[in-house]
Amino acid sequence: MIKRMLLTALAVSAMTACSGAPDDGVSITVATVNNSDMMRLKTLSREFEKTHPKIHLNWVALEENVLRQRVTTDVATRAAQFDVVTIGSYEVPMWARQGWLAKLDQLGPDYAANDLIPAMRQAISVDGIQYAAPFNGESSITYYRQDLFRKAGLVMPAEPKWDFIVQAARKLHAPAHGTYGICLRGKAGWGENMSLLNTMAHSFGASFFDMNWRPQFDTPQWKTTVETWSGLIRDFGPPGAVANGFNENLSLFASAKCAMWIDSTVGAPVLADPRSSGVADKVGFAAAPDAGLGRRASWLWTWALAVPAASRKAAAAQQFVAWATGPAYAKLVASREGWGNVPPGTRISLYANPEYRKLAPYAEVTLAAIAAAHPADPAIRPVPYTGIQYVSIPEWQGIGSETGRIFSGVLAGTTTVDAALAEAQSATLRQMAKARK
Amino acid sequence: MTVRASRHARRLGRLLVTPSVVALLAWMIVPLAMTLWFAALDYRLLDAGPARFAGLANFAALLADPGFYAAVITTLYLLALALALSVGGGLVLALLLDVAAFGRGALRVLVISPFFVMPTVAALVWKNLMMSPVSGVLAWIAQGLGLPAFDWFAHAPLVAVAIIVAWQWLPFAALIFLTALQSLDSEQREAAQLDGAGPIAMLRYLTLPHLARPAAVIVMIETLFLLSLFAEIFVTTGGGPGNATTNLAFLIYQQALQSYDVGGASAAGLVAVVLANIVAFFMVRLIGRSLTA
Amino acid sequence: MKRGAAHRIVLTALAWAAALAVAFPLLWTFITSFKPELEAVAFPPRLTGVDWTLENYRTVLDEGGYARSALNSVVIAGASTLAAMALAIPAAWAMAFAPTPRTRGLLLWMLSTKMLPPVGVLMPIYLIYRDAGLLDTRAGVILLLALGNLPVLVWMLYTHFREVPGEVLEAARLDGASVVQELTQVLLPLALPGLASAFLLIFTLGWNEAFWTLNLTSTEAAPLTAFMATFSSPQGLFFGRLSAASILSILPIVAIGWFCQRQLVRGLTFGAVK
Repeated sequence: MIKRMLLTALAVSAMTACSGAPDDGVSITVATVNNSDMMRLKTLSREFEKTHPKIHLNWVALEENVLRQRVTTDVATRAAQFDVVTIGSYEVPMWARQGWLAKLDQLGPDYAANDLIPAMRQAISVDGIQYAAPFNGESSITYYRQDLFRKAGLVMPAEPKWDFIVQAARKLHAPAHGTYGICLRGKAGWGENMSLLNTMAHSFGASFFDMNWRPQFDTPQWKTTVETWSGLIRDFGPPGAVANGFNENLSLFASAKCAMWIDSTVGAPVLADPRSSGVADKVGFAAAPDAGLGRRASWLWTWALAVPAASRKAAAAQQFVAWATGPAYAKLVASREGWGNVPPGTRISLYANPEYRKLAPYAEVTLAAIAAAHPADPAIRPVPYTGIQYVSIPEWQGIGSETGRIFSGVLAGTTTVDAALAEAQSATLRQMAKARK
Repeated sequence: MTVRASRHARRLGRLLVTPSVVALLAWMIVPLAMTLWFAALDYRLLDAGPARFAGLANFAALLADPGFYAAVITTLYLLALALALSVGGGLVLALLLDVAAFGRGALRVLVISPFFVMPTVAALVWKNLMMSPVSGVLAWIAQGLGLPAFDWFAHAPLVAVAIIVAWQWLPFAALIFLTALQSLDSEQREAAQLDGAGPIAMLRYLTLPHLARPAAVIVMIETLFLLSLFAEIFVTTGGGPGNATTNLAFLIYQQALQSYDVGGASAAGLVAVVLANIVAFFMVRLIGRSLTA
Repeated sequence: MKRGAAHRIVLTALAWAAALAVAFPLLWTFITSFKPELEAVAFPPRLTGVDWTLENYRTVLDEGGYARSALNSVVIAGASTLAAMALAIPAAWAMAFAPTPRTRGLLLWMLSTKMLPPVGVLMPIYLIYRDAGLLDTRAGVILLLALGNLPVLVWMLYTHFREVPGEVLEAARLDGASVVQELTQVLLPLALPGLASAFLLIFTLGWNEAFWTLNLTSTEAAPLTAFMATFSSPQGLFFGRLSAASILSILPIVAIGWFCQRQLVRGLTFGAVK
C-alpha cells in the first residue's frame, strides 16, 4: 500500500517536473492589473491555451499600485519573473529607451497594426517602432445623471465649461437626499488625484513645468485649478472624498450618489450595464470640461501588454500578446459576452462597427475625447515633457505621489490652497534637484 | 535562577544559542551591508546609467527633508495611540471577561477573532465597510443618533489608522490580561473583600498593580510590530492627507517603490535602524529589566 | 448577595456587548459577502428583503488560484514556523538554563532586529534572491519569515522555559538523567503547552505576513495574501467580492484559531504571569 502510494507520488512529481521541459511546451507568466477588461481576458485566455497547446499561462492579477511596484522592480532588475507585463503609456516610452522592452513590430499579419487608433499607437511607440500592444485605451469624460438634470431644468452641453460644472454641482447638491453635486478623485496618488489635477491644470492654461523644467505651482492658473477642484469637492462632493479614487467614485456613481463625475471612459460600460449599475438608464455622457483655452480636460491612457527584454520565453509571450490585443480576441469577447464588453479605445474598427455603436451610447463621446487629447502637446504653451495627466520623466512617480498627498491635505482642511501650492513647489524643486545632481 | 549552570552546561548553552545567533546575524548583516553600500550610491532604478558613488549625499538629502522629521513624529505618535487604544481596550475587555457569569469560552472566541485577520483585510474592511462616511456602518450608527457622518480619513486619519491597528492587537492584549487576572490569587481577593475593600479599591490596589507586568509585555511586543507599521497605511490613507499618516516605514516605501530611489531609501532605512535601536535601548531600561530579572 | 448577583448580570451583559462589538467587523464582512454588489453599498444597509446570493463567492473562486494560494499559505506558515522553532528551542533553552552575563543583551539585540522596516531592505533582498534563484519559491519566503519571526519566538520560549521550576530539573539531574533525557522526559512535557502556544502564534503571524509574500512571490509560491491583492480594489462595485475574498482568505486561519484557541491562550503569557 505504502509502496504504491510512494510510486504514485514519484510518478506525479516526475510528471510535474517534466511539464516545464521544452518539448512539452512553455509556461509564461502574465502580470496584469485587476480591472474588469483584464479579468475577462484572464478568463477567456483558456481559449488561447486550447489553440496553443504548447503554451501554458500563469496569471498574476494585482491592484494597480502593487502591480506597478512589482513589475517595475522586476523589469528594472531584469529578474525576468514575468514574461508579459501590463504597463501604461507612461512607462512604455521610458522603458523602451532604457532597452528594457522587446520590440513588438512583428506581431504578424492577423494583428492588423494599421487598425490601431493613431494616438494609441503613437503612445506606445518610440521612433516609429512599437514596444507594447495596447489592450484598452481611455480618455476622460463627464458623466452626469440625465434624470436629475431634467428635474432641475438643466441641460448638459455636449462640451461643458468648468463654470457650468460648478453651477450645476451647486444646483444638484442634495446631501439630504443622498445625492452629491459632483464626485471627483481626492485620493492621493500620481495615478489618482494628480491625474485629474494635472489634466485640469492643462485645461486652465497651466503646465507642470516650463521649458526650463521649473515647476509651475506658483502660477495663477495652478491656483485656479486647485481652488476649483477643492471647492467642488468640499462644497458639493460626498464626505470621505479624500479617500476616493476611480473605483470608489465608480461605486458612488453606480449607486446613484453623484449627479456628475469627471473621470476615465473605462467607467462607461460599467455604468451603462444594469447588472453592475443602479443608474444604467439614467447616466449621460459629455465631453470633459474646458475653460475655453483650447485644451480640454481629457487625458489619454492605454494599458498595454509588453514583453520584458529579459524574458527567456519571448517568442511564446509575443504570440500571446498578439492574440490578446488583436482583432481575433475582440471577436471572441463579442461572441461570448457581447460587443459592449470588447476592450475599448484601441481600434478604429470597433468604433466603425454598427453593433458596437448601438450597444454603447458612450462610443462617440469616448472616441471624440481620445481625439481631443494631445499628449505630445498637452499645454497651451510649449512644454519639455509629454503626457497630459502625467509627466513623462522617471521622477514623476515620486513627484506626483508627494504633490498628490500635499493637495489631499487641502480637502482634509489641514492646509490651505496657497500653502499647499507653495509646499508642492518646494517639494518638486527638491526632488528635481536631487534627481539632476 | 535556581539551576546553577555548570561549565559543561554553559559550553552546551553556547553551542545551542549559536545557530540562532548566526542566522540572525546573517539576516542582519548581509542586507545591512548591502543597504550601507546602496546608501552611498546615487542608485535610481529607473535610470539606465550605472549607479554613481554619492558619498553622504543621500543622508544629507534625507536630513534636509522636512518630511523626515514629521515622519519620525508620526511614527511615535501612531505607536502611542495604537498602544493606548489596544492596552486600554484590552484591559477593559479582560476585566469584563473575567467577571462574566456565563459563556466564557464563546466570549473568548469572539474576542480572539480579529487577531487572525491579515492586516490588509482588516484595513480594507474597516475602510470600506466600517468607516466609509457614505455607506459605512459607523455612518449608519451616527445617522441613527441624529449625528452627521464623521469623515475619518479626512479629519482624523491618524486616529482612524490607530483604531484599525488597535483592533487587530486588542485580542492579544485582552488575552494576556485575562490570563494574568485569572492567576490572581482568589484567597488574596477574598481577604481583601473581608477587609471591606470595595470593588473600586480592589481594582485600584490589588488588580491594577498585578497587571503592570503584563502591560509591559504587551507594550513591548506590540512596539516590535508597530514601529514598522505599513500595510494599514498603504491600504487606507497612502500616507495622506498631506503627510498626516506618513510614518518612517511609509516614507521609506515612498522612496524605494514610488520614486525608485534605492540610494535614498537605503539611507532612510539605515536611519530607521538607528532609531529602532534607540527605542530598543529605552525599552530595555523601562521594561526589559523587569522581564529578564 | 442579591445586589452582587444583579451586578454580575449587568457586567456579563456588558462583556457580551463588548465581545460582540470586537467581532462585529468580521461578522459584518461575512454578512456583506452574501449580498449582491448593489445591495452591499446600499445606505442605510438592509438586513431584510435582501436577495442573498453566493454569486460573490462564485466570482472570486472562478478567478482560480484559491486552492493553490491556500496550500501555499499553509506550507509557508507551517514550514517557517517549524524552521524557526528548530532554531529557537535550543537557543531559548540555553538562555533559560545556562544564562551568561551576555544573555539579556543578546535577547534584546535579537528583538531589535525585528524593528527595522522590511521595505528598507527590499532591494538588497530582491537582488540576492534574484541571483540565488529564490524569487517566487516557497523556500525563499519560508527562510525570510522564519528569520523574521525568530526573535519573538526565542523570547516567547525563553519566558516559558524560565517558568519551568528549576528544582524539577535539578532533581532529574541528581537522579543521573542525561541532557537528552532531561530535555525529552522532563522539560518537554512541562513546556509542551508553551510550545503549542508559540507554534500557533508564529503560525498566525506567518500566515498574515503581507510584505515579503507580496513582493517576492508571483505565482508558484503566492499565498493568500497575494490572492487577496487581486480583490483588494477591483473595478466597479466591489464590496461584495471584497468581503467574499476576505472571508475566504481568513477562513482557514480563523478556523484553526478558534479550534485551538485554548492552546494558544494558555501559553500566551510572555513571562507576564508569575
